[in-house]
Amino acid sequence: MSTAQPEALARDVPPWLFAAAAVTTLPHALHLPLWLSLLTGLLCSWAAWLWWQDRRLPRRWLLLPLAVAGSIGIVADFGTLLGRDAGVAMLVMFMAMKLLEMRSRRDAMVVIMLGYFLLLTHYFYSQDMPTGLWLLLSLWLVTAALIRLHAGTIGIRENLRYAGLLAVQALPFMLVLYLLFPRISGPLWGLPQDAFSGKTGLSDSMTPGSIANLVQSGEIAFRVRFDEAPPARPQLYWRGPVMEHFDGTTWRQSRQRRAPENIQPAGPTIGYETTLEAHSQRWLLALDAPLTLPAGASLDGRLSALAQQPLEMRQRFRLTAATAYRFNAEESPSVLSDNLQLPPSSNPQTRTLAENWRQQAVEPERVVALALRHFSTEDFYYTLQPPLLGHDGIDDFLFRSRRGFCEHYAAAFVVLMRSAGIPARVVGGYQGGEMNPRDGYLVVRQSEAHAWAEVWLANRGWVRVDPTAAVAPERIEQGIANALPFGEPLPAFLQVRADWLRDIRHRWEALNNAWNQNILGYDARRQRELLSRLGLPDADWRSLAIALGVACTLVLALITLWTLHHRRRVAPELMLWHRALRRIRVDCAPGETPLALAARVGNSNPELAADFAAVVHHFLLARYAPENPEHLAALRAAVARLPRRRNP
Amino acid sequence: MRLIDNLQQRLFRWQDDGTTSIRLGQRRIFIVPSRGGLLFALALVVMLIGAINYNLALGHALVFLLAGIGISGMVHTFRNLHGLSITPGRCAPVFVGEKAEFELILDNDRPMTRRSLVFEADKGMSAIVAVNGHDRAKITVPVGSHRRGWMALPRVRLSTRYPLGLFTAWSYLQPAMRCLVYPCPLPTPLPENTLRPLGGISNGQGVQEDFSGFRERQPADSLRHVAWKASARDNGQRPLLIKQFAGGSDAELDLAWSATDPALADETRLSMLTAWVLEAGSRHLHFALSLPGQEIPAGSGEAHQQRCLEALALFPS
Repeated sequence: MSTAQPEALARDVPPWLFAAAAVTTLPHALHLPLWLSLLTGLLCSWAAWLWWQDRRLPRRWLLLPLAVAGSIGIVADFGTLLGRDAGVAMLVMFMAMKLLEMRSRRDAMVVIMLGYFLLLTHYFYSQDMPTGLWLLLSLWLVTAALIRLHAGTIGIRENLRYAGLLAVQALPFMLVLYLLFPRISGPLWGLPQDAFSGKTGLSDSMTPGSIANLVQSGEIAFRVRFDEAPPARPQLYWRGPVMEHFDGTTWRQSRQRRAPENIQPAGPTIGYETTLEAHSQRWLLALDAPLTLPAGASLDGRLSALAQQPLEMRQRFRLTAATAYRFNAEESPSVLSDNLQLPPSSNPQTRTLAENWRQQAVEPERVVALALRHFSTEDFYYTLQPPLLGHDGIDDFLFRSRRGFCEHYAAAFVVLMRSAGIPARVVGGYQGGEMNPRDGYLVVRQSEAHAWAEVWLANRGWVRVDPTAAVAPERIEQGIANALPFGEPLPAFLQVRADWLRDIRHRWEALNNAWNQNILGYDARRQRELLSRLGLPDADWRSLAIALGVACTLVLALITLWTLHHRRRVAPELMLWHRALRRIRVDCAPGETPLALAARVGNSNPELAADFAAVVHHFLLARYAPENPEHLAALRAAVARLPRRRNP
Repeated sequence: MRLIDNLQQRLFRWQDDGTTSIRLGQRRIFIVPSRGGLLFALALVVMLIGAINYNLALGHALVFLLAGIGISGMVHTFRNLHGLSITPGRCAPVFVGEKAEFELILDNDRPMTRRSLVFEADKGMSAIVAVNGHDRAKITVPVGSHRRGWMALPRVRLSTRYPLGLFTAWSYLQPAMRCLVYPCPLPTPLPENTLRPLGGISNGQGVQEDFSGFRERQPADSLRHVAWKASARDNGQRPLLIKQFAGGSDAELDLAWSATDPALADETRLSMLTAWVLEAGSRHLHFALSLPGQEIPAGSGEAHQQRCLEALALFPS
């Protein structure tokens, strides 16, 4: 017992708060500027040292300039105080400074609330399973700190156990709210500029080396699940941007609008669902050639499927495709002339070569075949480390270095075709994919990024030609790891060739995929599906609110029962005794024996005396001779005989 | 004011709880969010808006988990009071101005410890206690005394915020307990002229006293009577000891209302008499107390002194 001020902070509370601050700010060190991480660490250590030495906290006038200096530093670093990253930086700094201002319980509450808030900000950067797990542990620790703050004294182990119990009891609430809380898709207002940053993926232009850089990344670009057996690997061309404009080094998309495609499927229709990681571009990376598109998506006239908005978060789409098709057998002359464009007076050797071919062969198909044979028979190498190219890049590549990656071959091929008068263009996208046997998803990584060519042939329309296949057929058949020459350093993740390691990777990725699909991917559409399965089709927000209210009430009732329930160890004869006292509305004073009470009742209420004396008699027998169960029955009968009294 | 009192009376079921044990049931426990709880709710709303705006699936999950923790914390705060038994204990008499300490006995029949139980009967004076599982604890609720006579224990507010501090649960207790408040002693020299010889033995106090043993020192005992040697034996672990003598009361003191200055206020005169009783008691004198309408015959010892003090405390004003 103590009569201390309840608002003062006990000596052993601050370490809990230091721990809470540490676990909530530490992961931010991965992306905060170094100086801020150091400043935060320094401030936290200072606070801890002051606590250890039992010294006074620094005065406000000392902290104020520190806070101002920190804010100026953040503005200088991020250019603003309001963006997402700058906001997170400010919160981290506040947290560290608050530790130096922790005088009362109220200050400690602010630290804990800041801690809870900081937990949320980690999800801006990652929502994968390790982050989720770390944050669950952090939540546990912060909650334990909150308990410690209000417990007076409590052992560490009991404190942690209590916090864990509360978190476990909260799980059903979380589940109900997660499933039934109305999901609003899309931002409520304009997001700051830096809301989505650091997304990797194809860009909308291509220069020599741009795809080779992307290939270094083992990140997953998208996952596909086919309704039936997946098509053979050489047919898996996932189309991204189609680049028609060439300025000598860079290929770009043309801004001109195109007439709708005319696609004639010539094979079976393949249905599939694709889950795209955010890449901040509009294209859906659909399998060539797309037949039906998800709502809101459209084709751009070049067979690229585009979403309405850039994909800023992971999204799922359903599509169908036909890998055998005929595309725009009739094409407008303006499009064809666009696809013959070349920068004037560049790459003279290439032009000469193409014109020779054109004279040799009358039909465009023959020219294409000649070009492909040129790549396969001449001394060309497929490599991730091509030498630098000079001013006439294509000439340099075709006649001197002869080492290049897919974008070199695609670009050189298209320039050759255009020089020979055949409309041609470069297509960017992905080729192939790795089937994960664990969950049946085809995983397409950034390392599968690819560039190929498309030529227009009369009566056949646009035909895909992949010059890389002529140089390194293994790239198309088996993937990049087998296509690169022996001895060339591979990206780290591709070096994993041992089967057991690959199996572990497959398991891990299947787990991640399940997490993404089922937990992170739970959205308004999934919610509607779930509700209709629960017998609530076409649920509007009102019925959703009712369902939510009913479910929450049920959970609250269950938790209340669980928490409050305990078996009272009260002997049955005592229960009956108390019932008798309630019935005749008599208080038994502390220390008053049943017999003394009987005498008192007999004096004050003679009409009760006989009945109550019987109760007392049987109570004493039941209480002190419990081996005979008949006493209890007799007591019950005696209590039942007592008259009920309204007023004492 | 009366309307508000009435409303509170109805709302909080203020009632006289008598002298029996009080078991806190759900009808007399009230619970509302504390200031910290409101801050928490505000933080959750802001976090939810952030999670929606940035479409963070795990952000939703975090906010919902925290909301669940808050709600189950509410149930646990309620449980911290629910089923607690409170039995009135004793209360030692005090002098006006001292803190009366009302003893309450708390019985916890749950296996978990009940912590941070705050008892407050008088504004600004509170006592905090924890009761272990299946255990009993005593607490003394401090109340300032301002007037002599019987002081009833005011309504006690028992509140708690354990475990999370997001909710305040409270209950009002009104056990029938009272504390006797003696008048505040006003130190005054003993009236000389009322010292009268007894049984033919000449005056001169403490001549034939026989040592009869020790007793524990009361706050009213003068330090001059402390048996320092005897007290030193147990290293100050226990209260100081006072030497007691028997048979030495060779003089009788008549402490009379009439011996005080009639020009003074009644309360002042009572205070003077109180001081005399304490002084006479600490000097182990044989004394009588006479008040208007009440005579306490001469006597000595602890019980006699208390009887006199009680008469002074309850003297009708």
